[in-house]
Amino acid sequence: MNPKFNINTYTHIRNGKLSLNGNIVFEDETKDFSTFIKSAYRSQDMDYPKFFKMDNLSKLAFMAADIILRSTSNSEENIAIVLSNKASSLDTDRKHQESILDSDNYFPSPSVFVYTLPNICIGEICIKHLLFSENSFFIFDNFNPDHLWIQTEHLLKTKKANKVLCGWVDFDDSNYDAFLYLVEEEGDLDHTIKDIKQLYLCQ
Amino acid sequence: MPVKELREELKEKIIAQLNLEEFSVSDIDDDDALFGDGLGLDSIDALELIVILDKDYGIKLTDPNEGKEVFKSITVLADYIAERTNK
Repeated sequence: MNPKFNINTYTHIRNGKLSLNGNIVFEDETKDFSTFIKSAYRSQDMDYPKFFKMDNLSKLAFMAADIILRSTSNSEENIAIVLSNKASSLDTDRKHQESILDSDNYFPSPSVFVYTLPNICIGEICIKHLLFSENSFFIFDNFNPDHLWIQTEHLLKTKKANKVLCGWVDFDDSNYDAFLYLVEEEGDLDHTIKDIKQLYLCQ
Repeated sequence: MPVKELREELKEKIIAQLNLEEFSVSDIDDDDALFGDGLGLDSIDALELIVILDKDYGIKLTDPNEGKEVFKSITVLADYIAERTNK
């Protein structure tokens, strides 16, 4: 008999709100992402100075993942990560491009350049939570629950992972949207495409 | 520029460029180790320091072994810059 997998916990970060399982845990009306995410960091008593060095996409993904993973024992649980978005790392790519446009003032920043790939945000999550498991990052035109479901079920059914942290983390210009959820055998919510879609839209 | 002022300037630049949000100038002693147990800078920060030297002081650092010595502390870094720029 095939095991059945469930959504154990989920988080949203959008419109100045950070929520866990549908409950708002931090809210700040400021329109500016940089100010909002720093305030959210401080509100959650996180002690991880490297957070401030991350680009906006990594800050968004890191914060969403940390809210979910802080209650798990992580590396022992073989948690895979499957993330997706639309803008890839475009926000940081533009910053890097601006720094190399003028050949007479050519000083690209190494700390900006290292974030010119979207999957770097997965690396930041893995470093903090000591994850050595499968991971992948997909680029779609829109949130794609069908693809996330297929990837997640495959990882779990083939026992490549015991749990999968998956979802959507998109940052472009000043717009941001994160929805992450943890799939495993435990949990009260069915892991179906319909349920994923409903949870994504629920905040 | 007197070396003392140069040290303060370097602290401000390092905090800003390396996004050391939880540090202020007064938190950094002149002889604190920049890497390891001191400020806890990493390899990407070392590259940023090389860019600061080039962009703000016109000093190109190409020898990795020299970097190891130069980036020991604010005192060592300020003396290194002062020697090369007569600041």
